[in-house]
Amino acid sequence: MVQQNKNYIELKNINKSFEKFQASKDINFGIEKGRLVALLGPSGSGKTTILRMIAGLENADSGEIVIDGKVVNDIPASQRRVGFVFQNYALFRYKTVYDNIAFGLKVNHWNKADIKKRVSELINLVNLNGLEKRYPNQLSGGQRQRVAFARALAPNPELLLLDEPFAAIDAKVRQELRSWLREMINKVGITSIFVTHDQDEAIEVADEIIITNKGRVEQIGSPREIYNTPRTAFVAEFMGHPTKINNISSFWGFTGLDASYHAVIRPENVSISKKTDKIRYEVTAEEGVVERVLFRGKELEIWVRIHGILLQGTRRAEEEPIREGEQVKVFIYRAYVYKEDGEVQIVVNQTIRAEESVII
Amino acid sequence: MNIRKDSGSLKWILIGICAVFLTVMLILPLVYVLITAFEKGIHVFGTAVSDEYAVKAIFLTLKVTVITLIFNTIFGIFAAWCITRFQFRGKKVISTLIDLPLTVSPIIAGLIYVLTFGRQSALYPFLKSVGINIIFAVPGIVLATIFVTFPFVSREIIPVLTAQGTDEEEAAALMGAGGFTIFREITFPHIKWALLYGIVLCSARAMGEFGAVSVLSGHLRGKTNTMPLYIELLYQGYDFTGAFAVSAILVLMAVVILILRSKLEKKGKKEVD
Ligand SMILES: Nc1ncnc2c1ncn2[C@@H]1O[C@H](COP(=O)(O)OP(=O)(O)OP(=O)(O)O)[C@@H](O)[C@H]1O
Ligand SMILES: [Mg+2]
Repeated sequence: MVQQNKNYIELKNINKSFEKFQASKDINFGIEKGRLVALLGPSGSGKTTILRMIAGLENADSGEIVIDGKVVNDIPASQRRVGFVFQNYALFRYKTVYDNIAFGLKVNHWNKADIKKRVSELINLVNLNGLEKRYPNQLSGGQRQRVAFARALAPNPELLLLDEPFAAIDAKVRQELRSWLREMINKVGITSIFVTHDQDEAIEVADEIIITNKGRVEQIGSPREIYNTPRTAFVAEFMGHPTKINNISSFWGFTGLDASYHAVIRPENVSISKKTDKIRYEVTAEEGVVERVLFRGKELEIWVRIHGILLQGTRRAEEEPIREGEQVKVFIYRAYVYKEDGEVQIVVNQTIRAEESVII
Repeated sequence: MNIRKDSGSLKWILIGICAVFLTVMLILPLVYVLITAFEKGIHVFGTAVSDEYAVKAIFLTLKVTVITLIFNTIFGIFAAWCITRFQFRGKKVISTLIDLPLTVSPIIAGLIYVLTFGRQSALYPFLKSVGINIIFAVPGIVLATIFVTFPFVSREIIPVLTAQGTDEEEAAALMGAGGFTIFREITFPHIKWALLYGIVLCSARAMGEFGAVSVLSGHLRGKTNTMPLYIELLYQGYDFTGAFAVSAILVLMAVVILILRSKLEKKGKKEVD
């Protein structure tokens, strides 16, 4: 565990309700200085609420928010030195790009020359040269996003909060902006929290991921930890586009399991082969019927029905093609298995286990 | 724009009906006002409007209008701000009450004030002891006018503030801006045109208010007679030229305001694009 006093920002037992609805339930986490952390969870899980409480736009009902060793619960938003990038950017419509970025400096009584220097520095940083005189409605989505980013950074905040910074941007630009943001934040070295409901984004960009669900924190860890070792049923079902299975013990290779176990299986752990293919773990391969084949560019996404369940697997595009309706061999390498509200275990197919023990 | 290509004749029939309707209902009467005002020559018109009492009525009307505007602009902004930016109990009630003057007959508004501040009221002895006259005096006229016109400004601003949302204001607050700076720099540019438009409507209505003012004024010539009241007085005294001459001035003021209004509307639209 991280030592308590090393955390730059810390939330302790935070609760928050909107009238009768409890949006945050006993939230606890700490973030070290200079880290980029993702708040990942489904829509309505309370991500924005957490961000707004840290910024001071919303008051927690109970609990403490500590920034840099100080409890900030009673410090107003304007004095928390927090930069905030809103989900829809909230650029000042009636101000130019320059004035948007300069606003925070003006209200903090910087002198003109310093403002000019700082703004042009930021314009350079986010690569918006030549657009200073434009109004927000004359910019593309990506450009707006960068203005919002520059505007939030202008007064040198200690902490940067970003609410779904890429939500309003199309897929291709989004990919670029992700790595751009990662780079920018490294360059500036600012502690940052960003909200997303896109797990690929969180995995790719963040140092650490906090998974939220129904107002609670489910799991905190590095992207690798979260992805490879989900600790709760929710995280297991949320990460990696898995298929949920309620009768795992009827699958070959997992027959030793208690029938009351639930399980999820991720597509990358399912191998699909033609009947004529020779495969390594022939013994516990299942037979299934292909219902759907989707072309995904570098690979094929294949949906097979086994024991009444539609399971997703992948196959490389250059392999011999598989058609819909075809009988295939399906081998499941591993499953994430759990009881209702219990710990998640990773169970490897029996054949592999047997083989490994033979080797040992 | 071509919703139906075959509707040529229908279109012209509808336009015709509109034109006839507007001519009979609006243009003819207005022209008639002007003709009657100048019927006996520009000289008679001049004497009628430069009459001591006429001039006083014009000035009183302007004075009441300006006071009303100042009050209602401030009140309107505050009310709109409260309703769109805060959550509180009784918000619906306030929001409904603001519309009350639009639905209550002005005569009733006048009577309410007579009951509240007149001789039979419990407040009367107190008001008298501090020397404030409301009924049959200028303060009463101002009160009545404010009452009748106070929805105009807030009703124009509320939809704009609602549509704007609070994000930009929150962003400004996070950067350290205070309440007044936020209003001046962020909120005001949004509501500027709606506010001006509301002010224009409010002043047009304030100048023309008759019913509520009539109840409260007491019709003291030269003291509490606004233009509409003075016009009625002349009319009742069979001084048609006088009545129409002063009317012509009132109409002129209204036309100026109408022109202002359409100018503002155009400018506001341009800025939005
Ligand atoms: N001002 C509010 N009044 C009442 N309920 C609210 C308010 N703000 C948020 N909520 C509720 O709190 C819950 C959490 O909202 P929040 O905005 O934090 O979710 P989120 O995780 O950011 O979701 P999304 O991914 O859709 O943005 C939601 O169910 C929402 O309806
Ligand atoms: Mg949100």
